[in-house]
Amino acid sequence: MTEQEILSCLAKIVEEFTGIPASKVTAEASIVGDLQISSLSMVEIIVAAEDEFHIDIPDSAFKDLRTFQDVVSYVRLAQSSVAT
Amino acid sequence: MSTHRGNAERAVVTGLGAVTPVGEDAASTWAALLAGKSGVRKITESWADELPVRIAAPAITDPATVFPAFQLRHMDRSGQLALLAARQAWQDAGAPQVDPERLGVSMATGIGGLASVLSARETMAKKGWQRLSPFIVPMLMPNSAAALIGIELGARAGVHAAVSACASSAEAIGYGMEMIRSGRADVVVAGGTEAVILPETVGAFAVMRALSCRNDDPEHASRPFDKARDGFVLGEGAGAIVLESAGHAARRAASVRAAAAGVGYSADSYDVTMPAPDGAGAAMSIRRALADAEITPEDVVHINAHATSTPTGDTAEALAISRALGDAVSGIVVSATKSMTGHLLGSAGVIGSIAAICALRDSVAPPTINLEDPDNEIIATGIRIAAEQVGLRAKPGTRAALSNSFGFGGHNVTLVFTAT
Repeated sequence: MTEQEILSCLAKIVEEFTGIPASKVTAEASIVGDLQISSLSMVEIIVAAEDEFHIDIPDSAFKDLRTFQDVVSYVRLAQSSVAT
Repeated sequence: MSTHRGNAERAVVTGLGAVTPVGEDAASTWAALLAGKSGVRKITESWADELPVRIAAPAITDPATVFPAFQLRHMDRSGQLALLAARQAWQDAGAPQVDPERLGVSMATGIGGLASVLSARETMAKKGWQRLSPFIVPMLMPNSAAALIGIELGARAGVHAAVSACASSAEAIGYGMEMIRSGRADVVVAGGTEAVILPETVGAFAVMRALSCRNDDPEHASRPFDKARDGFVLGEGAGAIVLESAGHAARRAASVRAAAAGVGYSADSYDVTMPAPDGAGAAMSIRRALADAEITPEDVVHINAHATSTPTGDTAEALAISRALGDAVSGIVVSATKSMTGHLLGSAGVIGSIAAICALRDSVAPPTINLEDPDNEIIATGIRIAAEQVGLRAKPGTRAALSNSFGFGGHNVTLVFTAT
């Protein structure tokens, strides 16, 4: 998947779990600062992302994810390590 | 209980909201009650097939038509219904402009987010703990509805959730009144909610022999004070009232529906489910409520009885009313609106209170439907029960309507609403 494809999947998940329009989920948007997504909603989003992208996002990685670019990068890395 | 008066603020009611088995709001609920409409239905889901009780009184509003899916997933059904009732009450009060630090919430439940607990159990069994909703704790906690309303309104004077089974929402209203009287708040949204029409609760109340088994005749199943009553019907819904200090209401020229004039509490401490058979505890809550409101039994024109249609409870309440009010009972019309709504447990008290407030406003007692053959023991107490709509007695000065609520655990709460 390209970064853009991952971001657009994430945006749909965010909209489904928070009601925030997918169009507001940009790579630079910060999860807490810009979109004000609560920590509990973020848990839902991460679990949905794990299912969507067939990866694991451990809590240790989760705490370092501040923007959607961080999430996209993590997903790409995790997908490539699954693939190899 | 507050030994108030003097400089203490009086509490008045300025808004009503209700989501019930007979109406989508307070006005339609009251119209349905006056019309004698039953909200009791057959439970059509297959889970009821093997149960001895297959009737209930569900709320007629579907929260899914109001809230977006992501919000629905974050609230137990009891919270969804509570938020709808609170929004209605708030709008009905004219969305008061109030300092957030002077705005409170007192919203109760009897059981709370049981549906969420059971759903979490199923998720855990099928998919593991990792797939539990992270919102499950705030959905199941008994203060969930109070917190949802507090957050929506930005209430910072205090957000509270009384828990006393079927007296919960009456206790919540009493607590809200005390917040106003003590000066802690100018406006309080008070009430209660319940949404537990589930196989486990129907089974659990059925095994206690507390529910009516009149499965083939749902609309006639809830029959308070009738000789053939055989238990209550489990109801669902939420109600909220806006309580306001008389001064705050006057300053914004709010429409005052009634004064929330008094509250009386007592406890039977007799048995965890059975009421004290002589009704002494309930009589005490009635007497204390009158004393708190500084009225006499002759001022009372109407009582919305707790009367759930159980054989022992209704008799004990009739005795209590008779004992507490003495000869004045001949001038008081008693209605049992649970004959139509079923028993809404933790929201029963607020729905009864809304009915009492509307009865006082319109000077009419709603019918107690299905009262075809009144119980002799109850008739002997001398209380007058409205089988049909009955006009309330006109009198000079204060006219009061009471709302009784009693809960498993022996909790007794009587609220007094007055008009002058």
